[in-house]
Amino acid sequence: MTSLAQVLVVAEHDNASIKGATLNTVTAAAQCGGDVHVLVAGANAAAAAAAAAQIAGVTKVLHVDDADLAHGLAENVTAQILAVASNYSHLVFPATASGKNVAPRVAAKLDVGQVSDITKVVSADTFERPIYAGNAIATVQSTDAVKVLTVRTTGFDPAAATGGSAAVEVLAAVGASAAVSFMGSEIAKNDRPELTAAKIIVSGGRALGSSEKFMEVMTPLADKLGAAMGASRAAVDAGYAPNDWQVGQTGKIVAPQLYVACGISGAIQHLAGMKDSKVIVAINKDPEAPIFSVADYGLEADLFVAVPELASVL
Amino acid sequence: MKVLVAVKRVVDYNVKVRVKSDNSGVDIANVKMSMNPFDEIAMEEAVRLKEKGVVTEVIAVSCGVPQCTDTLRTAMAIGADRGILVETTEELQPLAVAKLLKALVDKEQPGLVILGKQAIDDDCNQTGQMLAALADLPQATFASKVDIAEGKAQITREVDGGSEYLSLSLPAIITTDLRLNAPRYVTLPNIMKAKKKPLDIVKPEDLGVNVSPRIKTLRVVEPPQRSAGTKVPDVATLVAKLKAEAKVI
Repeated sequence: MTSLAQVLVVAEHDNASIKGATLNTVTAAAQCGGDVHVLVAGANAAAAAAAAAQIAGVTKVLHVDDADLAHGLAENVTAQILAVASNYSHLVFPATASGKNVAPRVAAKLDVGQVSDITKVVSADTFERPIYAGNAIATVQSTDAVKVLTVRTTGFDPAAATGGSAAVEVLAAVGASAAVSFMGSEIAKNDRPELTAAKIIVSGGRALGSSEKFMEVMTPLADKLGAAMGASRAAVDAGYAPNDWQVGQTGKIVAPQLYVACGISGAIQHLAGMKDSKVIVAINKDPEAPIFSVADYGLEADLFVAVPELASVL
Repeated sequence: MKVLVAVKRVVDYNVKVRVKSDNSGVDIANVKMSMNPFDEIAMEEAVRLKEKGVVTEVIAVSCGVPQCTDTLRTAMAIGADRGILVETTEELQPLAVAKLLKALVDKEQPGLVILGKQAIDDDCNQTGQMLAALADLPQATFASKVDIAEGKAQITREVDGGSEYLSLSLPAIITTDLRLNAPRYVTLPNIMKAKKKPLDIVKPEDLGVNVSPRIKTLRVVEPPQRSAGTKVPDVATLVAKLKAEAKVI
């Protein structure tokens, strides 16, 4: 390294607030060395920018506000990042749907490789990341001048959301792409914690048998535990649970304090998404189910009996 | 309108890979290889667009070792009209693949490029977005629904917490999520037909692309193994353990 690192974290936010994944990303960014700045690109996002300025360890917030940035379109956010990229040694994104959407676009525009889903910062240019659904861990070194990284949030503790007092610098918007328009979205509204940030997750598999049964059996347990709800790919494919509940290699990667797997057999692709949970409970009537090989506590039982009983005694 | 579909040859979904004893990578010798599952979904979507009459030609592209011709034949058995292999034995990283695809986009001028959202070997999730950047085209990643009409692609894409709807001017780049479609099984007659379809082989040099890796793999290790804990006889014991021993509730 010839000069001191200066790291830009591209914040995940909803204009009103900063999403939790940003906090884990700040922690990873700080481990790269040097100053940590945060970019908040949005519309009417002053509140999000102010929240970013409070994050412990952040020294500057760049705030760009424009109607074209309201929905985080990759084309427009990329243009905004490129406008400031030359000031930075590292551009760091959370490995969320939006971070994964934007980061490679930025990397290619800068003609640099990207290191996806880092779980550890070894040094300013060397990182650990899982490959093959987490069945192997690679240590990789970026040879490019600028490092573009996405951060697997479960690999890093969240930075404190308060305690910082960074200056907020307002930047001008650089214009939008005419080739893409945002037509709308359907974001499920619920009072449960976000799946990737939840302390407790209860997750159901194909054994639930129908979407009615899934909700009927799993919801009371989730309510009692204040838990987020997840599902196996088999359950989602069968239509028992919404797509974005899927935990696994191709869905969400989670690492809660407690993961309760109900009627989930434990395919390697599912294990890849939850095996870093602190405590895993498996409830399954098949004694041979692979989920038991990673569970701290295994209960061989019919979930239709055991799950309601568990909900009732908690 | 032409559609270009990128297909990658990867270790089969059902194979549990092993890390090599010298920690230089995973052992893929004598392991079953298949088309990346997300690319299969991309190929299926392109063929459905052709069957609907929206698309006139489906071109499958694969980049890598000579054996990628097998992957291209599978793509043609699903319904691609022809295949292009960009042949090299060098390690290809997403930026290099995106550059190769960009060169082919310039040459073929497709109205749409469909790619899988990620490959299940390196789990990078980069190539589609990188191609969109290099070709300066709009992108819709993680698509769960694709409608093409009047020079536009109306896309439903999966985002955290739900779905998002985008309208893209063509040409555009789409990457597929799991539930965009369920790929068809290839039939024997279609496998036989695929053998007769045209397959061109080009080299990265022919496309003027430098594919040198930018990321060096220093070491590959097994992940820390999680060992099985204890079986509990009943719900009461489970709750007691979670409270007293694990202290998580």
